[in-house]
Amino acid sequence: MPNRKTILNGIGLLFFLLLPPVTQIFGQEYLLSLFSRILIYGLAAASLDLILGYGGMVSLGHAVFMGVGGYSVGILAFHSYESSPILSWPFVLAGTENALLAWPFAVLVAGIFGLITGAICLRTKGMHFIMITLAFAQMAYYFFVSLTKFGGSDGLSLYNRNTLPGIDLGSDVLFYYLCLAVLVIFLIVAHRLAGSHFGRVVSACRENEQRVQVLGFASYRYKLACYTFSAAAAGLAGALLVNQSEFISPGIMHWTKSGELMVMVLLGGMGTLVGPVLGAATLLLMEDILAMYTEHWMIILGPFLIIVVLFAKRGLYGLLTETGGNNG
Amino acid sequence: MLLFIEQLLNGLQLGVMLFLMSAGLTLVFGIMQVINLAHGSFYMIGAYVAATVAVRSGSFLLGMAVALPVAAAVGMIVELTILRRLYKRDHLDQVLATFGLIFFFNELTRIIWGRQPLFMDVPSWLGGAVELLPGIHYPVYRLAIILVGVFVALFLYLLFSRTRLGMRIRAGASNRDMVAALGVNIRLLYTLVFGLGTMLAALAGVMAGPILAVEVGMGESILILTFVVIVIGGIGSVRGALVGALLVGMVDTLGRVYLPDVLSFFVSSSTANSLGASLASMSVYILMAMVLTCKPAGLFPAQD
Repeated sequence: MPNRKTILNGIGLLFFLLLPPVTQIFGQEYLLSLFSRILIYGLAAASLDLILGYGGMVSLGHAVFMGVGGYSVGILAFHSYESSPILSWPFVLAGTENALLAWPFAVLVAGIFGLITGAICLRTKGMHFIMITLAFAQMAYYFFVSLTKFGGSDGLSLYNRNTLPGIDLGSDVLFYYLCLAVLVIFLIVAHRLAGSHFGRVVSACRENEQRVQVLGFASYRYKLACYTFSAAAAGLAGALLVNQSEFISPGIMHWTKSGELMVMVLLGGMGTLVGPVLGAATLLLMEDILAMYTEHWMIILGPFLIIVVLFAKRGLYGLLTETGGNNG
Repeated sequence: MLLFIEQLLNGLQLGVMLFLMSAGLTLVFGIMQVINLAHGSFYMIGAYVAATVAVRSGSFLLGMAVALPVAAAVGMIVELTILRRLYKRDHLDQVLATFGLIFFFNELTRIIWGRQPLFMDVPSWLGGAVELLPGIHYPVYRLAIILVGVFVALFLYLLFSRTRLGMRIRAGASNRDMVAALGVNIRLLYTLVFGLGTMLAALAGVMAGPILAVEVGMGESILILTFVVIVIGGIGSVRGALVGALLVGMVDTLGRVYLPDVLSFFVSSSTANSLGASLASMSVYILMAMVLTCKPAGLFPAQD
């Protein structure tokens, strides 16, 4: 008899797999773009869960990595249309619309940005860590606002999605399945990582960092590696998001977006990886459904959020699986 | 030179606004150990209530007299119903719950006042400009803001160092259980401190009303700068908040004016303008990152 978690994950996967044909039968194709966004935000929230739920690092600047990844793809595409190089010195870097080049590049840039900022942020703890991640996010936000060449605060539009040999990303259905595949692969990798020696050291840092250090682990390096990996994954989510909407603006890295990512993690269940995906689905669907009834849907979302924090700490996934968000 | 003095005063005025905001927030941080993202909401509430009353009655002072108690009352209700439950929780819960509060207050404001920004006039008795030095005309209203800041700083200093209430608050910050055991109603004390903090935020909002548009979201833009101030000054230290606020106010204001000029020595003027503008918006965050890298606890760490 498989346990509840396995069943629940299976149902979830089946649901996402069957969604495109079902939406086509009922002629509700617009749902596909909403659910693509859910998958992408699910990826970003799950990556945040690695540092938040497992590492105990409360980052209020995670959306910035999505923005960095997204802008990497957007700027590459922009230079590809203009057929002008991004860099001509010290080496020539040409623009591209090829996903096989642009997406790894986005992951790399977001990862490097995560490594540099993480190296500074992780020197601090608690409230200061929250604030300094926020400060870096604001810096990046204003940096992209000031890039008038790429649209400044109005953002940058893509003419079309990136190209991927063999797969037509312009097709919403194929793009949806690609997002799903990326998310599932990430969840498997992250799950293995969390259960590995590395993941256990990071989790232990959350419980008692001093003890981890006494045991001889360089806790700072473990946390930094985790932070960098998480940033790189969020960069990938950003690359997908800019392809999904064919648009990027500094708005996607506003600090309230980072807050929303945290909300997704908590809503779904911290330290569960799958939970944040459920949280992303809940939050985005709630926005969509409440917005149908009232333009003032935030007046419901706000108190709902407070109630979840006060009374349902384990999140939806924790409630559904009953065994809760154990990270062991 | 004249421009420089004027900009110095502008920086001072922004610093004072930030001090009003950060004094309340740092008290709440330092004493209750709680992160309150909704602090900007009280700033917004103060501005909205004052603008409404001032426009209806024509009296700026009446607007302020109504706005401050209203904001303080809202703050104390929030403390009694929600924040009180979060004191013992970790920072993540506090961030998320107060994030929910921002959603709630922003939307409530939109429902009550609509999406159009309100505009508040500078009261006529504070209108016009005064000649400070030969050739330097400075708006009276902005000078009044600076004066209010000086009074508040003085008031807080006297409150904490000279009164019994201030002594109790300081004692409550250093050892909550001991103070409670000595028969002080610590819960009431916390509620009062929170009310004081929200009132200062509302005061900043009222003062900002005539120089900025009163709109939804005005709280968030100043909130982030307030966090920067507190972190630079040292969380929980009112003195740190004062120094941090003036520092951030100066760096932000002077950076915006002079960075493009300074950069134009090195690069072409159009690049200098765009680069300068972006560096200026980033300057306070760079300042904060530098301070935290050198002194992780801020310039004036409050003794725990």
